[in-house]
Amino acid sequence: MGKPKVATASLAGCFGCHMSLLDIDDKILKLVELVEFNKSPVDDIKKFTERCAVGLIEGGCANEENAHNLQDFRRNCDILISVGDCAIMGGIPAMRNGIPLQECLQKAYLEGPTIYNPTGKAPNGPDIPLLLDKVYPCSEIVKMDYHLPGCPPPAETLWQALVALLTDKPLDLPYELIKYD
Amino acid sequence: MADITFKIDNVDIKGKPGQTIMEAADAAGIYIPRLCTYEGLQPHGSCRVCTVFVNGRAQAACTQPIAEGITVDNSSEEVQQIRKDIIEMLFVEGNHYCMFCEKSGNCELQALAYRLGVLAPKYPYLFPKRDIDASHKDIFIDRNRCVLCGRCVRASQDIDGKNVFEFVDRGPDKRVAVNSEAKLSDTEIDVTDKAVEVCPVGALLKKRVGYAVPIGERLYDNKPIGSEIENKNQSS
Amino acid sequence: MTTTPKDLKKEIADICKACGNDRSRLMDIVRDVQEKFGCVSDEAINLIASEVSVHRVEVESVVSFYAFLSKDQKGNFVIRVCDDIIDRQAGSDSIISAFEKELGINCGETTADGKFTLEKTPCIGMCDQAPAIMINDEIVTNLTADKAGQIISTLKESGDPKKLVAEPGDGNNGNPLVNSMVMNNIHQKGEIVFSEYVSGAALKEALSSSPKEVIRNVKAASLRGRGGAGFPTGMKWDFTRAAEGDKKAIICNADEGEPGTFKDRAILTECPDMVFEGMTIAGYAIGADTGILYLRGEYAYLRKFLEEKLAKRRENGLLGKNISPKKRLGGLLKSKSAFDFDIRIQMGAGAYVCGEETALISSCEGSRGDPKTRPPFPAQKGYLGLPTCVNNVETLACVVKIIEKGAAWFAARGSAGSKGTKVLSISGDCEKPGVYELPFGTTVSEVLEKTGAKDTAAVQMGGPSGTLVAANDFGRKICYDDLATGGSIMVFSRDRNLLEVVDYFMEFFIEESCGYCTPCRVGNVLLKDTLEKIINGKGLTTDISNLESLGKTVKLASRCGLGQTSANPILTSLQNFRTLYENLVKTDETGMNPSFDISKALKDSEKIAERKSVVYTTE
Repeated sequence: MGKPKVATASLAGCFGCHMSLLDIDDKILKLVELVEFNKSPVDDIKKFTERCAVGLIEGGCANEENAHNLQDFRRNCDILISVGDCAIMGGIPAMRNGIPLQECLQKAYLEGPTIYNPTGKAPNGPDIPLLLDKVYPCSEIVKMDYHLPGCPPPAETLWQALVALLTDKPLDLPYELIKYD
Repeated sequence: MADITFKIDNVDIKGKPGQTIMEAADAAGIYIPRLCTYEGLQPHGSCRVCTVFVNGRAQAACTQPIAEGITVDNSSEEVQQIRKDIIEMLFVEGNHYCMFCEKSGNCELQALAYRLGVLAPKYPYLFPKRDIDASHKDIFIDRNRCVLCGRCVRASQDIDGKNVFEFVDRGPDKRVAVNSEAKLSDTEIDVTDKAVEVCPVGALLKKRVGYAVPIGERLYDNKPIGSEIENKNQSS
Repeated sequence: MTTTPKDLKKEIADICKACGNDRSRLMDIVRDVQEKFGCVSDEAINLIASEVSVHRVEVESVVSFYAFLSKDQKGNFVIRVCDDIIDRQAGSDSIISAFEKELGINCGETTADGKFTLEKTPCIGMCDQAPAIMINDEIVTNLTADKAGQIISTLKESGDPKKLVAEPGDGNNGNPLVNSMVMNNIHQKGEIVFSEYVSGAALKEALSSSPKEVIRNVKAASLRGRGGAGFPTGMKWDFTRAAEGDKKAIICNADEGEPGTFKDRAILTECPDMVFEGMTIAGYAIGADTGILYLRGEYAYLRKFLEEKLAKRRENGLLGKNISPKKRLGGLLKSKSAFDFDIRIQMGAGAYVCGEETALISSCEGSRGDPKTRPPFPAQKGYLGLPTCVNNVETLACVVKIIEKGAAWFAARGSAGSKGTKVLSISGDCEKPGVYELPFGTTVSEVLEKTGAKDTAAVQMGGPSGTLVAANDFGRKICYDDLATGGSIMVFSRDRNLLEVVDYFMEFFIEESCGYCTPCRVGNVLLKDTLEKIINGKGLTTDISNLESLGKTVKLASRCGLGQTSANPILTSLQNFRTLYENLVKTDETGMNPSFDISKALKDSEKIAERKSVVYTTE
């Protein structure tokens, strides 16, 4: 059977949640004993090579690639976990929600006080994923099984959550580990 | 007048006539979660976080007076579910970006969610469009974070004697307006006003304070909201 | 609208002065300003605030609360198309489109010349003659889209909405002071409300006994509130009488805003004297000298007529100082019973929640229609702090009959726990929509038969806040112990989409919530969003249980009756029409959220970037 497979992704996130995962200190060695990473920036595997037990999702969905990636995770993972506030509620990127897309691009690439953009256009081209009308929390696109809040979630939260899942125990986070910042 | 005896979660409580369930519970060291209530202000009964079952009927503990022989349910799963639902509603109703809010760690809405073990709201976020008012030199309003508890409204009226704030519009459009045609800077508000102090969230903040207390030392970093009331019981 | 600022200042000062510069009359002041200037502008708000000595934000708070008041300039003619479900089913959408076309504006806008504003408004109490609209205070009923052009040209030519009344309606609708095309449509009169009545007789009878005896009589008749909740009237009177205070108040709740209810409209048109007499008797019984008729803004067309009835009663010694009906009736009145009591009319301004008694009191006091915290109950501390009794229009009419015919006579009518008759307003899919006074205990089937309803799939009993009743329950009885109703009965035939009805009701509650408490303000929005997900085929089985648990929280935790009943459309339809929901939801097998619509999410982006998604090859 082998070790349970874990995949991770950072969608519209800052990789802070991934950093927090690495921040479990020496437990990282135990983690590697416990699981095998599949598609993840941790090992740079770009495509799912087999079905995974757990998918950890950082970030919300700001563009088509994020949404597509998330749906891919849903298809390939038994359990999906929103890791961090961005995955849960869109986070800082979601501050654009409520502002029309055109206006956002205008401000970001043309009108902002520090902008130098002689092209006079927002970047465009087939390599650039199209933005979605708003930043979607992950649960609006696929079913998310668990949520671990925080910006980022404390390393210990991630550790305890993974251990609970992999040992089939209920996750009961102590007060100090539920944080939204 | 004689004491009034009643029960909260099967514990006998003695209260004074005229007390609300919340007041009597506080005195007895039992915490009933709350958001719009603030000591020294008239109870408002608007957030409904303090919902308890009194003889089986849902009531707001902050406004419901005690009565002889009543039984109050402050802890059943049903009560907890209502409170969780309400806190989650407040989170999705506004735009609560805890990650950069100066109030984080000292925010009562956040602390209630922590205490009730809310990992994420189960409802979709509404992402409303709300405005901010940074016109005043010492104070700013961020309506994205406002939970319409009315503390600033009451404090300004009843304590500061200024009526700087009032609710306008209704239903989902309801919001707190200021006593001028547009800007907070055109009102009589002063940074020392009680109204500025009472906001449970980061909707009304003093400028140039920022993140004054390090993470780990803030009000609710280590101890759940309500501990101060519960500890009173243990020490007596 | 050519008022210069100086005129504005003077005119507003005059309006405020006419109301005694009294803060508690703020509703009247802002209504008058709105009527005169087509808006209550920022400038007007400042002026009112300084005249009445309040903070401007308090005035703004009131203006922003009521649908008929606005800071923005409205047209000379405000056309409000009734947007309840019955009117929608009768074609109100086509009426709106016709006016939009005729005026060249969208609904919600005002024409460039400032003449016309087009809006939607919730139920105006004309479901039996739908579709209906209001033009300023005038009501136009039984409308068809092809009449829009004629209406606009008549208004343009004459400048007077009254000119639209080609033929006045039946009964007192033809009274010169009403002169409205509204029809009473009273298809069945009963023994109590729509019966023979001699003005002053019951009052005389009441004054010949002590207030306590009057209350005892009302109690013995087992009269219960006709607004829907069914609280025993005698008990309410007792509490108010017993409360400490030299002065007390009685308020008649004529804010019938529950969609599908229009029975008070008919009662006030045909039996206003009876209602005022009931108020006077109540005033005598509880020891009140202040009476207020809170008339919903939609019924402003009845105001002059009602004012004249009040003036006549004053003339006849039935209202005012030293009330004694003996002058006119030559009775045996003992002078010691004479008392002071008068009635004023408080106009509402478009807010359903004001039908809730404490919200109604807030509104009478010139504030937002926010319900008040209870306790204290109105009987202890109500209008301006006075012990106050709030009764429904029909309840007060019943009082007159109880005094006149005796408690035993009254209690012999109706069913076990519900004595007397109930005036019902029946609308929707039936041949004879209108007003029916029937004894309590009448079954739903009997009502359907009387009104000529065929192929009925469902009956909404008691309006949106009531119950959606399915055919297998049509044998149930209309009474407080079974199917309670304040009067609203809406009939839906088999070809109606019931979930659309439910969806409309949720929209109504969201619009009419005062927003004071969290569960009602937020919960209803979330309930409606989930419901619409299901209606649009994007729902999952879990959404049904989500509706149930959220609905329960809204019901239990809301602060007032509006919120506590606002989830009923969903909860009762889930109970009685569950398969409608179950047929639409999918089981969650893929984990993909069906409500996420990638093509919609990419629409703006594709337009801005002028290219199609390559990740999603959407068509």
